[in-house]
Amino acid sequence: MSEIFVSILLLAGASFMVLAAIGIVRLPDLPTRMHASTKAGAMGAILTMAGVALHFSDSAVAARAIAFIVFILLTAPIAAHVIGRAGYFTGITLWSGTTKDELRERYDPDSHKLSSGLENKTGRAVSSRD
Amino acid sequence: MLGIAINIVYLMLSLALLFAFIRLTRGPSLADRVVALELIASVVVGYVGVHAIDTGVSSFLDVAIVISLTAFLAAIGFARFLERGGVKDE
Repeated sequence: MSEIFVSILLLAGASFMVLAAIGIVRLPDLPTRMHASTKAGAMGAILTMAGVALHFSDSAVAARAIAFIVFILLTAPIAAHVIGRAGYFTGITLWSGTTKDELRERYDPDSHKLSSGLENKTGRAVSSRD
Repeated sequence: MLGIAINIVYLMLSLALLFAFIRLTRGPSLADRVVALELIASVVVGYVGVHAIDTGVSSFLDVAIVISLTAFLAAIGFARFLERGGVKDE
């Protein structure tokens, strides 16, 4: 009985990873590729680890698998954010069908400063980022 | 039942690895390649988990944790390299 659940979990995890890989090949620019790869890839790893925890049915293995899942949930968004930010700042070309780019008028690529758009209203000085 | 599923999962993960490798070689910018590398690390973690079930050795979970940690640190390092004036718009 538990073999069926483990098989279903493993197949679902592998399906998510294949979807992420297809997305990373087919989608047109960096943010959409990250949209496919980071979320679906993390989901695939999490489902695989859930299958491992269920298969061994041992408290030590389950604790390690849960620790791994928490680690993935903590690090995947941070890595995606950092790579997306670095990619935007190095001037990647966005897809031609992009309808919203809120950073375009706020971010100055020469001085590497990001304005919030509220500086003149409140009268505060422009806060400089490191 | 489980053996057949494990073989199918190996096949699907190999397919995912192949697609990610295509993006790794073709990716127009370095950031695309870093994204592909992170997906490859995630697929390899899946391989290690399935191999742990296949062989019955639960110590492979530690390998998966270490691979995931090094992939995270590599992504952070690449992002810092890009932001601190690395390769500009290849």
